[in-house]
Amino acid sequence: MKGKSGSRSEHQSPLRRIGMGILYFVLVIVALVQLYPLVWLFQLSLKTNQEVFGMSPFALPKSPRWENYINAWFDGGINKYFLNSVWYTVVAVLLTLILASFVTFALTRMEWKLKGVVLALFMIAYMIPLHSTLIPLFNIYNKINLIDNPVSIILSYTTFNLPITIMILLGFYQSLPREIEEAAVIDGCSIHKIFFRITLPMTVPILSTTAIINMIYNWNEFVFVNTFISSEKWKTITVGVNNFVGQYLTDWGAIGATLVISILPILIVYLFLSDRIIEGLVAGSVKG
Amino acid sequence: MKNVMSNKTAIVLYVLPSLLLVLFLIYIPIVLTGYYGLMDWSGVGQMKFIGLENYKKLIHDKLFWESTWHSVLLAIFSVLSLVGYLIVSLVLASKIKGANLFRKIYIIPMLMSSVAIAQLWIKIFDPMNGLINSLLSMFGIKDTPLWLADPDMALYAIFVPIVWQYAGFYIIIIYAALINVPQELIEAARIDGANAFQIAYKIKVPLISGVLKVLTILAVVGSLKYFDLIYVMTGGGPGHATEVIASYMYKEAFGKFNFGYGSAIGFGLLIISMGTTWMIQKMLRTNKE
Repeated sequence: MKGKSGSRSEHQSPLRRIGMGILYFVLVIVALVQLYPLVWLFQLSLKTNQEVFGMSPFALPKSPRWENYINAWFDGGINKYFLNSVWYTVVAVLLTLILASFVTFALTRMEWKLKGVVLALFMIAYMIPLHSTLIPLFNIYNKINLIDNPVSIILSYTTFNLPITIMILLGFYQSLPREIEEAAVIDGCSIHKIFFRITLPMTVPILSTTAIINMIYNWNEFVFVNTFISSEKWKTITVGVNNFVGQYLTDWGAIGATLVISILPILIVYLFLSDRIIEGLVAGSVKG
Repeated sequence: MKNVMSNKTAIVLYVLPSLLLVLFLIYIPIVLTGYYGLMDWSGVGQMKFIGLENYKKLIHDKLFWESTWHSVLLAIFSVLSLVGYLIVSLVLASKIKGANLFRKIYIIPMLMSSVAIAQLWIKIFDPMNGLINSLLSMFGIKDTPLWLADPDMALYAIFVPIVWQYAGFYIIIIYAALINVPQELIEAARIDGANAFQIAYKIKVPLISGVLKVLTILAVVGSLKYFDLIYVMTGGGPGHATEVIASYMYKEAFGKFNFGYGSAIGFGLLIISMGTTWMIQKMLRTNKE
């Protein structure tokens, strides 16, 4: 029987081939819909205003206007926003990973009474809508003078990403063999040595996955910065781009360039680590 | 051995920092939202206790219910579009060559910020120079829609970039579940004479129902909390045609400085989204039995 179905797929009937053709057609159309807006954005970012407003939006720019990028980067202040985004993202990702690793280690390896309660607190925190916390958060930061201060942003990023990061790490820690740690305990290793020298290095694969997911979340975050930051010098690229568009309303080329700049870092990472990113997105959703 | 692994100082050191962050920046604010809702307060200066006034106002606030209805509509659209994602995933998982590449292309919009997506789609929807209306004129359509500027159409228009953003995300998750369906079951059904549609409908879909349930919850709750994209694309307008709960709250608090009433709306959002999660979970569970 198995042989029969095998030979059928080798010599495809015309009907089956038409079927396959339709399937591919569907998939290609979806791919075009997903990709073309981005291709269009890239073309837009290289156009002059005459080309944007005087010609078909499908037309390619006659000669690519790279000045749009230079103008956006220097005159539009995108360079400043970009750098802020980089360091907020890096600091928050590192903090989240180390804190989440601590918690997950304690939850899966150590013996203590309130484990269940603590785990539940993190799980429920994941379901709380961020916007419902926004007004009190603003007031708390205001009282401790952290409004218009990058610390409020880094604290918020770290805290709100902790629950999902812990949940992704939990699965990995649970599947990790404990023999090496147990041997280390018998050898008289201290708990910190076990965590830093043995467990943490073993979790590097999942740490890199969660790092990328956290990076994407932080890089793209909008509402915290928009609410807690008022000075230009502390704004991030997402909020900066939004302000830029407000100021340069009619300069579509420059707007296109800023949007491309804001997407580019994640796209470059994706080019090299697409499998990791997809794995992380899947893990981050289904576990939650 | 027990001694090392139940080292109290280490446990406190490892757990307390994260726990304090979550308590102070998530749990206490959530309680405070409900509490601020009892106040007349502009964000600066003294709070004035006014009891349940804000909550009473909320229940009779047409605009709040209109915003809630828009959020619910988005949730309904999102759940309906799951059917489309399921179909594409089924196609992808039917031993298609290049499935991996398709999957990688589909997810790309998900990597962008909602702000960038909003700004891009403002340009795509532009009535004069946008992509969509230019395409429509090429096909000879003269009365091209105003899209985001048309109150009757804006909410539907906004849903297009939402699908664009999340389609790939849902598709990769459904796809990941589908390729884990045991091959023997499909083979057995094929031998029994089942065609591709029957296999998809009777075997594959029931087997991944767990994942589909999680995605349903995700789609509904995600839609109820929707904010960034709408705030940037339309600011809830034109009029209040695309106002959703979160954007209404944000504008009341940080636009009009009604922190008390804004908090009441925020509390409403909390109740609605937690309540809905609980309800769907319950509904889907009884469905199974």
